[in-house]
This record gives sequence, C-alpha cells and structure tokens, in this order.
Amino acid sequence: MKEFLEGSHAIAEVIKSCQPGVISAYPITPQTHIVEDLAQMVSSGELKSQFVNVESEHSAASVVLGSSATGVRVYTATSSQGLFLMQEVVFNIAGMRLPVVMTCANRAISAPINIWNDQQDSISLRDAGWFQIYAENNQEAVDFHLIAYRLAEDKRVMLPVMVCMDGFILTHGMEAVDMPEQDKVNKFLPNYKPLYKLDTADPISMGLLADPDYYMETRFAIQETMRESISYLSEISKEFNNVFGRDYKDLLVEEYQVKDAEKVIVAMGSVCGTIKEVVDEQRSKGKKVGLLRIISYRPFPYARVYEALKDVPKVAVLDKSVSLGAYAPIAVEVKSTFFGKKKGPKVISSFVGGLGGRDITLETIYEVFRRLNTKEVNFDFVDLKPELLKEEYGE
Amino acid sequence: MENSPLFKSGHTACAGCGQAVAARLVIEAAGANTMIANSTGCLEVFSTKYPETAWGVPWIHSLFENSAAVASGIEAALIYLGKKDVTNVIAQGGDGSTGDIGLQAISGMLERGHDILYVCYDNEAYMNTGVQRSGLTPFDTNTTTSPAGALSSGNLRPKKPVPEICAAHGIPYVATASAGFPQDLTRKVKKAISIKGPKYIQIHVPCPLGWRHESNQMLPVAKLAVETGLYPLFEYEFGVITARRQISPKPVEEYLKTQGRFKHLLNNPEEIKKIQDIADNNIKKYNLKLEAQG
Amino acid sequence: MFGPLNVKPKNSKGDKTGSWRTLSRPDYLHKNCIACKMCLMICPEGCVSGKEKNAFSVDYTFCKGCGLCADICPKKDIVMVSEESKREES
Repeated sequence: MKEFLEGSHAIAEVIKSCQPGVISAYPITPQTHIVEDLAQMVSSGELKSQFVNVESEHSAASVVLGSSATGVRVYTATSSQGLFLMQEVVFNIAGMRLPVVMTCANRAISAPINIWNDQQDSISLRDAGWFQIYAENNQEAVDFHLIAYRLAEDKRVMLPVMVCMDGFILTHGMEAVDMPEQDKVNKFLPNYKPLYKLDTADPISMGLLADPDYYMETRFAIQETMRESISYLSEISKEFNNVFGRDYKDLLVEEYQVKDAEKVIVAMGSVCGTIKEVVDEQRSKGKKVGLLRIISYRPFPYARVYEALKDVPKVAVLDKSVSLGAYAPIAVEVKSTFFGKKKGPKVISSFVGGLGGRDITLETIYEVFRRLNTKEVNFDFVDLKPELLKEEYGE
Repeated sequence: MENSPLFKSGHTACAGCGQAVAARLVIEAAGANTMIANSTGCLEVFSTKYPETAWGVPWIHSLFENSAAVASGIEAALIYLGKKDVTNVIAQGGDGSTGDIGLQAISGMLERGHDILYVCYDNEAYMNTGVQRSGLTPFDTNTTTSPAGALSSGNLRPKKPVPEICAAHGIPYVATASAGFPQDLTRKVKKAISIKGPKYIQIHVPCPLGWRHESNQMLPVAKLAVETGLYPLFEYEFGVITARRQISPKPVEEYLKTQGRFKHLLNNPEEIKKIQDIADNNIKKYNLKLEAQG
Repeated sequence: MFGPLNVKPKNSKGDKTGSWRTLSRPDYLHKNCIACKMCLMICPEGCVSGKEKNAFSVDYTFCKGCGLCADICPKKDIVMVSEESKREES
C-alpha cells in the first residue's frame, strides 16, 4: 500500500513485518528514528520482539550475535562511529556465518566529527565478509531489507547482510513508498530455520580456536559463497518480483541509459537520483550519457560491470568515500574490471565528492561530465573549497 | 559426575590448573540445561581447539570483552523462544576480560537485569597471553608488565574491587569463591543459578605457571589466600553483605612464600607490611575474624 | 556449504593428555578410601571416576599427573609414584 512517510519510519515498518526475535541497537544520528520507532512498536505490543537497549554498539552487535547463534532472527542498525566500534564483532559475525541483518545509515567518519552523509563508514568495512547492498531511494531501502533476510538466511549462504542507505537524505527524507503487506512478506520470507544453533537438546560449540591447519579454508568458504551468491541474487530478485511486482533485475547494478552512451558515470546510493536527472536533461539535448548504478558493492559485480561498460569510451567513477593514501574504492574496482581485457573504456576517471554531507548538486554532475574527456583524471576531489585551505600551522 | 560429560577430559590446560577445576565444578553445578558464552582466554583456548571441544553444553566464544553482551543476546533469544525458564545462561571469562576490557559489557548486562550468571575466573593476570598484569593483579605482584626491579616492587596498584562494583549495581547476588574450597564454590553456583536476575561470582583460581608454584599445590595456595585475609570470601545480596567466611588470620608471608611471583618480597619487610595492611583492612572491612569461643 | 567451525561434543574425543606425564602418576591404593569423592571433585581433567569405597580410579589416557588428587585425599590413600614404574592394566 502506497504511503508517504519518512525513510526511517518505513524501515521500522518493514522490519516489523519481518518479525525479528531480538532487536538491539545503540543510538547514533542518523539511525535513531528507526530504532525509536521499533521501540514504540514493541512497547505497544505491535511487535513481539525482545528489545535490548545496550550500553554501546560493540554490545549491540554482540547481543544480536548471541541471539542469532541461539537460532532467532535479529536486527540492528547503526552508522559511522557506531559501525566502527562494532567492527570486530562485525567480522566475528561473518566468520561465524550468522545471518544478521543490519541497516547502515551512511554517515561520515570522525575526525572531524560530522553527522552528515557519505559512504566512508560501510565502505571501510568492505573486507568483513558481509553482503553490502546500497539503496537509491526509500522504496529500495524498504525492499532491500526483505531481500536481505531472504538472502542471509538462505541455507546456501548463511552470511550477514548490511543494507546501506544514505543518512539524512534517505533516513530523514519523506518519500512515497509502496509498503509491503504482511501477507506478501509472509509469502516471500519464510520463518528462519537455522542450520546450526545453541540448543540444549543438541549441544554444539561455536567460535573455536582454529590454528594454521584449519583457518584458511573458512575464508575460502566465505569467498566461494560470495561468488555463488551473484546468481542467488538474481534468483531472489525474481522471487521478489513475483510477489511484489517490483523488478530489481540481477540486484547487482542498474544500467540507466548506458546502452549507446559515450560517457557514463558510475556511482552508488542516493546520488544516483541526481545523476539520473542530469542524464535525462543531457539526453534531451542529444548528448549520449548514462549512469551505471552499483547496487551490490559486496560481492562486487565485476562481470556485470564489464558487460555494461565494455563499449563505453569514457567512464567517470564518483565515489562518496575515500581511501586515504590510495585511489578511491569504487574506482579501483572498476579499473580492475578492465585490466588485461581486450575491450573497455579508453578513459576511467576518478572523482571523490559529497564527503561530510557536502551536497552533490546537478552542477556537480555537470562538472563531472565536463571533466570526463580525453585526459584521464587519476584521482580528484570535486566541489573542493580552496579558500578554506589556508596555511594555519607552520613557520 | 564420572568423566563429566559436561566438561570432558582431553583439554589442554596446564597440569594442576585451578581454572580447569573451577570451570568443571561450575558447569557441573549448573547442569546440562545451561548455555555458556565464554570470553577469549586460557579457558576458551584450552577447551576448544578445533576440532576438539571439552564442552558438553551449548557453548559459544565470540571475542575478548563481549561475553556478557553475547550472553544477553542468548538470554533475550531464549525469552523470545519461551525457553528461558528451563535454561541457565552463564557468561564467563578471566579477570582481564571481566574487570578490564569487558567491564562495560558486564555493567550493561547487570544494569539491564538479565537472568544471567557471570563467572570470573580470577588468576590475577592476563595468563593466556603470558602473565601480564591486569586490573585485578594484587599489589606488589611480579608480572611481565609489572616486573619487580630496582625501581619497582611489582604491580604498584591495588586490586580492582570488581565484586563491589557489581554489588553496587544492586543485583540479587554477588559472591567470591575459591578453587581451594570446591564444595563452597559448588554451593554458591547452585545458589546463584536458583536466583532470577543478574548474578556475579568471582573465583580465585591459582595458576601454577603464572604464580610459579608446583602443579600439586593448588589447594594449599588457594586456601592460604583466603586464610590470610587477602582473598575474602563473602556474599552480597542486593548490595548488602549477607555472609562471609570467617578465618583465624595467618600472616601474609605464609601465602607469599608459596609462589615465585612474590619471591622478590621475601627479604623486603617494608613491602610485606604493606600487604599485611591490605589483609588487615579486608579483615576489618568484611568482619572476617573468627571470634574466639568463650 | 562448508560453514563455520562448529563442533558437537559427541564428535570430540579430546587429546590424549596422558602422554604429558613424565615424572609421576597417581596410584590409588584402595585400602583406606572413605568414598568422600574429593579426588573426583578436584581433578582438573575430570578423569577420576568411582562410587563405592576403594573403587575410585583414574583414566590414565587423560591424567596429566598434576598430583591434586593425592594432595587432597584425607586418608592419604592416593600416592604419586614414578611414571616409569609399571602400571597394572585395569
């Protein structure tokens, strides 16, 4: 049913429909409204979950780890510093193959402290062994949580999923969303049946010490599962479309006017909405431009990116995060896709923008398309304010 | 109880390990309907090296400082499943994981009132990583990061009063116990398990390797700690002391000379006096002195 | 799916830690035993078993020879003997 509501409220509603057994979170802007809503639902009796108010994010993640290990569906949400504080637990959850689902309301990383949106937080945890799917708008944010549980709890997968949505832009933005009905959710998402769990009827030890003779195979196994999941995502997308009538294709990328494009921007998250505006406007003027939107960042869809961009002469990657001391994260993946291949763009330029919540406007996108020419840009910031870069310290 | 199915033989603890004795007694007292969340440490490492496990109950190890939080998650899940009333939940770890790195998670667990028993195996240092000092290392102890030398008589800080910190949370039951008094330990665990709400038991467990004593000396060493007043055995209920083990105090030197970690003190009467003061303060504070029968 | 490294206790036999003994092992004399069960209680390995008087025994596959049972026995009915001396097969 179509509703006009704040992103956070929409997320809380869809989580309610998934009926997790245990919810545990620690407040951090801009995730707060999601968790407050869920607390309200538990208090009113609408949602029969155990709600555990913890004393830190490290404990929030640990609580959901323990609950998931006991065989119940769980939920947590965080951003930025909170995600970083839970980092070791995040890796732990993936290593223990527990199907935790988390919302990451993307926010910039301290220092300096900044509560506004960029994607440095989740991207910095890309090695953890979690799926990472990025929503462009609140409809996707809602739908991706249903898909997340379905994917995580699949007996062939059993890996945690992080659904990433841009903080404030999506969490606090009001949009029209077709909210999934409970009977359809029940059809799409079966009850969680754990492959392994703590149970006095059949005791098990979890989290053992693995010496060099045993450790590496566990990493291989997660890598393999990620690789196989590229096809499971298509499978699940088809099931989703059958039940809800929304087609996310392969859940890996979205090609927007890429087919005959001469210039394509690769980007992830809500900024793609802005980019689509510019693409439409430019196309109406006869300019052949397009957008390749990354949906699944982990596993990274190399083959799909290759397919989409192999005939595009000029590609610009617009990262909303930065890997200090090296090239930008998504740009690096896109460049690796084409290395050693016969076909591919002649120019792959890399731009970083929108950090700390600095607005990426239509002008920014025009600027990117303008700078995407025959001279490749290895790495550059966009929308930098040079007047702020006065020398403060020094002799 | 023979070849206990709950904590099986074949684990790789040092011969004579006090913690192994205590861990087995704890799970046997709690029974088969128990789930354990264990911190990283000696106990976790020697009992669960893949592909072996010594545990006959559901058991999970996550990280160093989060066993109280993991246990909170297990308890919440059991409540959701309607199984909490028939299942005990224990969170356990060493003194380092409890009183230092894990103190926040424990405080949260106690404050939220989860029905969990937290057991701290206090061997008074980070033993698993090589005998480094922890917040619960007693005054003047020689450890690898508080070594005795020309400028120092060992660990120069007093023992962190973790049982009191837990009691200050107003929880239903806090107790100290000792591997040297196994029947008392068993009684305390059984009592704790029967109480609903958060409970804390701290067990003094000698470590032959870290404390430098023979493997068959665990009992006399543990007993002397209690009998000198250095490790008082008491019970708090809802923040008030309700029981203590009374002693005829022995001089601290009798305890100190049993272990290599105090060897540097034996010809240092000034430092021994300081330790005697600690013992005397405990005796006074907890009213430990056994009154002579008239 | 290969999965995480979980282990069920029924599938774990434990390490044969009896091989650790180099100096001595406990010898249960079975003369003055009062079946107080303290030896059973104090063993860090949990490898002492028994119920009746003079009928307690050690599983030498696991016994590390720590000597705690000999130390705790109130009747001194357990003595540590040299590991090299011959052991009766039970």
